[in-house]
Amino acid sequence: MAKGFYTDTTVCIGCKACQVACHQWNELPAADGGRTELSGDSYDNTQTLSAVNWRHVKFIEQITEDRASDGFLQGSRWLMMSDVCKHCVRAGCLEVCPTGAIIRTEFDTVFIQQDVCNGCRACISACPFGVVDIGHDGKAHKCTLCYDRLQQGREPACAQACPTESIRFGEVTDLMQLAEQRVAQLKAENVDAYVYGKEEILGGLNSFYLLVDKPEVYGLPSKPELPSHNVDTAFELSGVAAAAVAVTGLVAFRKGRMDEMARAEGND
Amino acid sequence: MFQQDLQNADCIVIMGSNMAECHPVGFRWVMKARERGATIIHIDPRYTRTSANANLHVGIRSGSDIAFLGGLINYIIKNDRWFHEYVLNYTNAATIVSADYKDTEDLDGLFSGFDEAGRKYDNTTWAYEGSPNEPPKTDPTLKNPRCVFRILERHFARYTPEMVSRVCGCTPAEFEKVAKALCDNSGRDRTSAICYAVGWTQHTVGVQMIRCAAIVQALLGNMGRPGGGILALRGHASIQGSTDVPTLYHLLPGYLPAPSAANPKHDTLDGWVDATMPKTGWWANGRAYMISLLKMWYGDAATADNQWAYDYLPKAVGDHSHIPMFKAMVDGVVKGFMCIGQNPAAGGQNAIYNRMAMANLDWLVMRDLFRIETAEFWKAPDVPDPSVIKTEVFFLPSTSVTESEGSFTNTQRLLQWHDKSAEPQEDCRSDLWFSHHLYKRLRKMYEGSTDPRDAAFLAMTWYTNEEPGPLKEPNAIDVLREINGWHAPDRTPLKTFVDIKADGSTPCGVWIYTGVYPAEGVNKAQARVSDAYTSLGWGWAWPANRRTLYNRASADPQGKPWSPRKAYVWWDEKQKKWVGYDIPDYPATKAPYSKGVWSKGGMDALDGTIAYIMQRDGKASLFTPTGIVDGPLPAHYEPWESGVKNPLYQIQRSPVAKVWDMVGNKYIDVGDPNYPIIITTYRLTEHHLSGPMSRWNPWLTELQPEMFIEISPELAAEKHIENTGWCTVYTPRAAIECKALVTRRMKPFTINGQRMHQAGAPFHWSWNGVVSGGNANDLICLVADPNVTIHEGKAFMCQIVAGRQREEILPKLPDRTVPVPRVGRREARAAQAAIDDAIASYLPLDHPEGVYHG
Repeated sequence: MAKGFYTDTTVCIGCKACQVACHQWNELPAADGGRTELSGDSYDNTQTLSAVNWRHVKFIEQITEDRASDGFLQGSRWLMMSDVCKHCVRAGCLEVCPTGAIIRTEFDTVFIQQDVCNGCRACISACPFGVVDIGHDGKAHKCTLCYDRLQQGREPACAQACPTESIRFGEVTDLMQLAEQRVAQLKAENVDAYVYGKEEILGGLNSFYLLVDKPEVYGLPSKPELPSHNVDTAFELSGVAAAAVAVTGLVAFRKGRMDEMARAEGND
Repeated sequence: MFQQDLQNADCIVIMGSNMAECHPVGFRWVMKARERGATIIHIDPRYTRTSANANLHVGIRSGSDIAFLGGLINYIIKNDRWFHEYVLNYTNAATIVSADYKDTEDLDGLFSGFDEAGRKYDNTTWAYEGSPNEPPKTDPTLKNPRCVFRILERHFARYTPEMVSRVCGCTPAEFEKVAKALCDNSGRDRTSAICYAVGWTQHTVGVQMIRCAAIVQALLGNMGRPGGGILALRGHASIQGSTDVPTLYHLLPGYLPAPSAANPKHDTLDGWVDATMPKTGWWANGRAYMISLLKMWYGDAATADNQWAYDYLPKAVGDHSHIPMFKAMVDGVVKGFMCIGQNPAAGGQNAIYNRMAMANLDWLVMRDLFRIETAEFWKAPDVPDPSVIKTEVFFLPSTSVTESEGSFTNTQRLLQWHDKSAEPQEDCRSDLWFSHHLYKRLRKMYEGSTDPRDAAFLAMTWYTNEEPGPLKEPNAIDVLREINGWHAPDRTPLKTFVDIKADGSTPCGVWIYTGVYPAEGVNKAQARVSDAYTSLGWGWAWPANRRTLYNRASADPQGKPWSPRKAYVWWDEKQKKWVGYDIPDYPATKAPYSKGVWSKGGMDALDGTIAYIMQRDGKASLFTPTGIVDGPLPAHYEPWESGVKNPLYQIQRSPVAKVWDMVGNKYIDVGDPNYPIIITTYRLTEHHLSGPMSRWNPWLTELQPEMFIEISPELAAEKHIENTGWCTVYTPRAAIECKALVTRRMKPFTINGQRMHQAGAPFHWSWNGVVSGGNANDLICLVADPNVTIHEGKAFMCQIVAGRQREEILPKLPDRTVPVPRVGRREARAAQAAIDDAIASYLPLDHPEGVYHG
């Protein structure tokens, strides 16, 4: 049975406990030793998912000029959303990984095996959500859905830390039921809510969201596509061998350059 | 009320609190309530993460809360929305007040008894009619113009929706929306809750803001009921515990008032009991609690013949709270300072004044996890020459919470034990270790002394043993046992405070905590059995594990639940006792039909239909004849620093606020055009207080790395300030540089026809740590509430200019606070005679002749 996250953005209070719990459990360092700059983008100072930020809370201020507040999420509103790897049913990163480093686990989550990853970066361009990133060690990193905790029967650190149950962990089918109930409840309150990440999006996202505005408002694509969608045409035009050579060459070239960049970053 | 019970509220008003950001874990229950369909209202100058999760946000300018709440009281009375049966039976609405009482309505903003020279009130005229030897006179028809309800009605009549709008800057429609939601969700079948935090306390009228909420909730009949009441959200971990046990100068453990040298009655134990303990209601037991405390502290040295060693207790000679203590350092009266779990160099108000004070000390003992600003106040960047500061600083590294065991008392009076999970590193020691070993060393130094002034120290008992092992860590359970109290002969733990006697046979450290350790080896604070509601098996709440105080009020006068939906505690006629989901906050077998006999005193004086057992008449006080020093009813006064004249009264600001007109504390005059911007200070989720527990942690600092000031696009445009651009914020005390966060979440207000800007500044930064930055606490003046001497950090005035201009502005602030005393340290040291003068000149203690009960 697939395990995943259901993130109800309407109960997110933007406390970032998920970010801190994730850092702590996975022993991820803070950016720049914690000495970052004020972004000016609402209360979002980490700005993006990255090799060291596997959770990222977004803040979207939609305050009307007259500052009218007419009910929950009506009139002025400040949307908050804890972003994370979507653990897609049809995962682009997994599809393109040339070394087999990216696997689907027994929990139906998408996991990067660090000892197999060669840092080729194919997964980065293959992810339509901008989730995967290369770390200072030259390898690809992203949310593991706390694979180590799941193996011990524990829930992921972020879900456990979330004080309002905005992040829920469980069987995806159960979670989807909860989400549908919540959507119905919100609709009855005249809030235009919907689930983002049902089957029409990459066969379903095992980490899905309840949103109240267009996906783009939250920095999510309306119609994410898989890399294979484009690659098919190339196959027809160039044939299997040519494509293989081209891809391998590109990967080698990119890896060399990226390793260099990663080393340079590491020296900062 | 307890936080989990918020989920049973039908409406929650959060005001004076940014609960989602500052109490995110408790906010879970607000979200549960909203998911159930409750209406969540946030009233605040800023649109915060709390507002984002509310059904309604109403913006009001900082410091105008009493006007808004007074408007609610007026609305409830004018529209007849008050809960008649509750108000008539459980409050003092019907009680007749002395004919000598004059209200703000009669004296244009003052109450009777004002002493202009002494800046204080004599509360004699606020008394109930008649003698305390008989029950207060009442008029249940409420027709008597001198009954509390009619006084209340007249007093708040001018707080109309239009007046609320003029003072607060919200629209009358916004106000009425709140009033309607609150009233519609209160009554027999529905209850509403009010949550507040330091957004209410940190004002010159903070206590009266909370009084307003109490009046609203008493009129609506929400107190003592499930999903109803007032939730005071405390500022940090176990701050509730430190008022209970306490670390305050004016209280002994369990809210027994500390003896005062200013009150001649306090010269003897009997006099102290007479002056502080009512003869009727639960506090009639106060004498037993005091004697048992003295017996626990002084053991065999406390006997019936020597007033149970009452004379050993030190008497307060003035206000010894934070601000006066730091002034005393400046004056050279206080020469040494042990600073534990506090960071006054950054977290103190007018923080530079705090540093100036410490620069005048002989020694400072600092215990903390890190070398926070207070530990290094002498080398702050604005100290021109650290060598002129002679204070000797001892830094003793402390353990973190995981390296010691003990209890936390949280915001809902719940004690939860925490175990040690790691051994302390190197020289780090727990606070308990420090106190214990300090005592042992002092004891050695005092040993053998025959000096009478050392007798109290030598008579002190010490029941704490040391754990085996090289650390000699004291046993925390021994301390808990002492707090709980025991039967003298064999030290069997006391099971309940009902067993505490006035004969010295039941030594007890903190009477309200009795029952937390009811039997040898049973630590109820360690209990971890939860259920779907009151979770009486999880931790232990004082008093007697009661989760909601005054819960007798959840039943009607006959003892039946007001409605099945809101059943909580009720009288079971078969068992002849009170039962329910909580421990009844009432004598277990006192029947609702029992009649009180006043002359019997104690609880026997009161009828079984009263609910407020700690009050002498058993009634919730809509009008407070004693106990509050700035008036029997709340009245809106402007913040000490304000840009507008008080629209409600001729009296501009609290006539009895505590004021320190002195060097290093320059105030801004009313309407000073040089300081036209209202400013408030606050915390963010990502940081804790002045930063000792967050600014050293990169995981937290990366989330909020830099000091900023939140301003509206309108103000930014006027001042040519850009988002993330630098700006300089200043008051006559100090100037700080920070970045601007320009957001529509802030807005200008129209106050009494005048457009005013409001800014907001978090106070998490200073010069040390992983990240550093301007300190908002430098900007604040020292002026305080007269009841509790808390500063006014939530509403004052400032100026903001674009760019980094601190160096240019400082010379233009001739009265600014400086981090080292202006004169040489030796010169500043007064001769002994001058010090005696200083002590004598301190304000006599403004002890209300009533009783504190938290």
